[in-house]
Amino acid sequence: MTLKIVKSGLATTIQDMGRPGYFHLGIPEGGAMDRLSMRAANMLVGNPEEAAGLEAVFMGPEIEFTQEASVAVTGAELPVMVDGEPRETWTSFTMKPGQVLSFGFLQAGARAYIAVSGGIATEPDLGSRSTYPIGALGGVEGRAVQPGDELPVGDAPTVAEGRSVPAALRRGPGNPAELRVLTGLYWYRLTDTAGQQFFEDTWTVAAEADRMGYRFKGGRPLEFVEREQPFGAGADPSNIVDGCYSYGSIQVPGGTEPIVLHRDAVSGGGYFTLGAIISADMDLIGQLQPNTQVNFVNVDMDTALAARADRKAIIRKIREELG
Amino acid sequence: MKTRYTYGGDEHVYVEMDEEMSLEAFFKSLSMSNAVREADIPGVTEICPANASFQVRYDPDVTAPDEMLKRIQDLEHMADKAEKRMTTRIIEVPVYYQDPWTHETLMRFRERHQDPEGTDLDYAARINGYDSVEAFIKAHHSQPWFVSMVGFVSGLPFLYQLVERDKQIEVPKYLRPRTDTPKQTVGYGGSFSCIYSVRGAGGYQMFGITPMTIYDPRQETSYLRDFLVFFKPGDIVKWKPIDRAEYDRILAEVDANTWAPRIAEVEFDLDEFNKDMTGYNAKLMEALNDA
Repeated sequence: MTLKIVKSGLATTIQDMGRPGYFHLGIPEGGAMDRLSMRAANMLVGNPEEAAGLEAVFMGPEIEFTQEASVAVTGAELPVMVDGEPRETWTSFTMKPGQVLSFGFLQAGARAYIAVSGGIATEPDLGSRSTYPIGALGGVEGRAVQPGDELPVGDAPTVAEGRSVPAALRRGPGNPAELRVLTGLYWYRLTDTAGQQFFEDTWTVAAEADRMGYRFKGGRPLEFVEREQPFGAGADPSNIVDGCYSYGSIQVPGGTEPIVLHRDAVSGGGYFTLGAIISADMDLIGQLQPNTQVNFVNVDMDTALAARADRKAIIRKIREELG
Repeated sequence: MKTRYTYGGDEHVYVEMDEEMSLEAFFKSLSMSNAVREADIPGVTEICPANASFQVRYDPDVTAPDEMLKRIQDLEHMADKAEKRMTTRIIEVPVYYQDPWTHETLMRFRERHQDPEGTDLDYAARINGYDSVEAFIKAHHSQPWFVSMVGFVSGLPFLYQLVERDKQIEVPKYLRPRTDTPKQTVGYGGSFSCIYSVRGAGGYQMFGITPMTIYDPRQETSYLRDFLVFFKPGDIVKWKPIDRAEYDRILAEVDANTWAPRIAEVEFDLDEFNKDMTGYNAKLMEALNDA
């Protein structure tokens, strides 16, 4: 069967769990920004957790179904409607042939994940269906969905309606959001005062916030330890000899506005990085709207690993719940 | 050179060979990242070599961070002992310097540049002490370059020139990055040249453009049928200046999938190169005559 895209929303892309293995060529792993929500949506409709679904940012698409299918929408609180009748988020429901799935105005979060039983079955590139527009990989001919697209969906039985992820297992950022940071990489380039300021100040998500990275503003400018710049690094004190960037790494060009790289990260560049967001909190960034207040919290490796285990435990509980 | 080990969050180990760029740091980074690949440490998912550093991504639930860092550190002595030589290829890449497309783009973003009165080439020639743009362009293409990193986006190569440090060209990046750069622009920032593999944002100075496709996700280009990315670290590049007529001719042939770059297999030995750079480069470039 196919999904007929009637309206595409703002930027609705096909995403799965990404294509690791090509970052050394500048091709990022990509995939759902909020992976927990994508996994949960797939589990709700009986798909493998890694199946491809849709990631809709800020605004939902409008989709006509040509055959019966189970659907679940997780992540952002984006009101769900079937032929204009409301449906619950984080809960499975059935679409009948000819019915139209649409969405209301965003209430919380930033990205909704739409899973369809059978999973979206477009042609994978480098082992993944995730859309990476810069490199024209995955998605629909390397791009986001557009009105008129007909997305192929795999064959799969439907599941019961009303399967639901308990509220306690739905994870989202607070307000102000807290993002935990493990310092490292080029942290030593900052003065002690600048390092303290970074964690003391409250930052705001800027308008430039997308799958590649999130920019933050509003904190005090950061000062660098004085040095003679190394050969090949460039004159600005925030420059280094171009190196690799970690997923979740935080660069502060010119010391002014931190940028956190996300799933579609550029793989390297010439700016110092002060550390990285811990892996457990990467999902939360995908749910931050512009103008949200954020505090960065300094943690150590043990805390990062404990948070990683906690997140995995939540996924395991959802799995058990939906058995 | 003092190696520095650090963590990038809980999923990356980052290893910097040296704060400053040199071919010695690049060779060590490449041989150490190769040693990590051969060591086949459980949990490793990505090994990314860069100019003077490299990064390993791994699953800390498979190998714990301190254990991962230690196992990588243990490989350093192997990289120190490794021969600084490699079998690689030299590729002739045609460049149309001072082309109309990068010129239009650099004029459009002039207020983001250090010198709004001139062009990127005027500025780069002047701050590097060249009498004319022509002399500067000649310096850019007369000696070959080493691909020291592939990345940023979609197979973009960073290149480092095979000359003494006092002959290296150095230019700053734009004051504020552009939101647009033509596809296949030959750019320059810090001590690195690059080729923008796709159209998009960029902060490097723009010198010219190549008709040679270097990234093809559809893999239709004659020399990209096996893999969508052309360059890999260790490739050697010789720029060949071309005019508008030759640019148009090559571009049409690339589009028709009938063009292929001149490539020759060569040995590169860092110690031999360091003894006589100009002589060594002449031999490297001679290999292209038979290609």
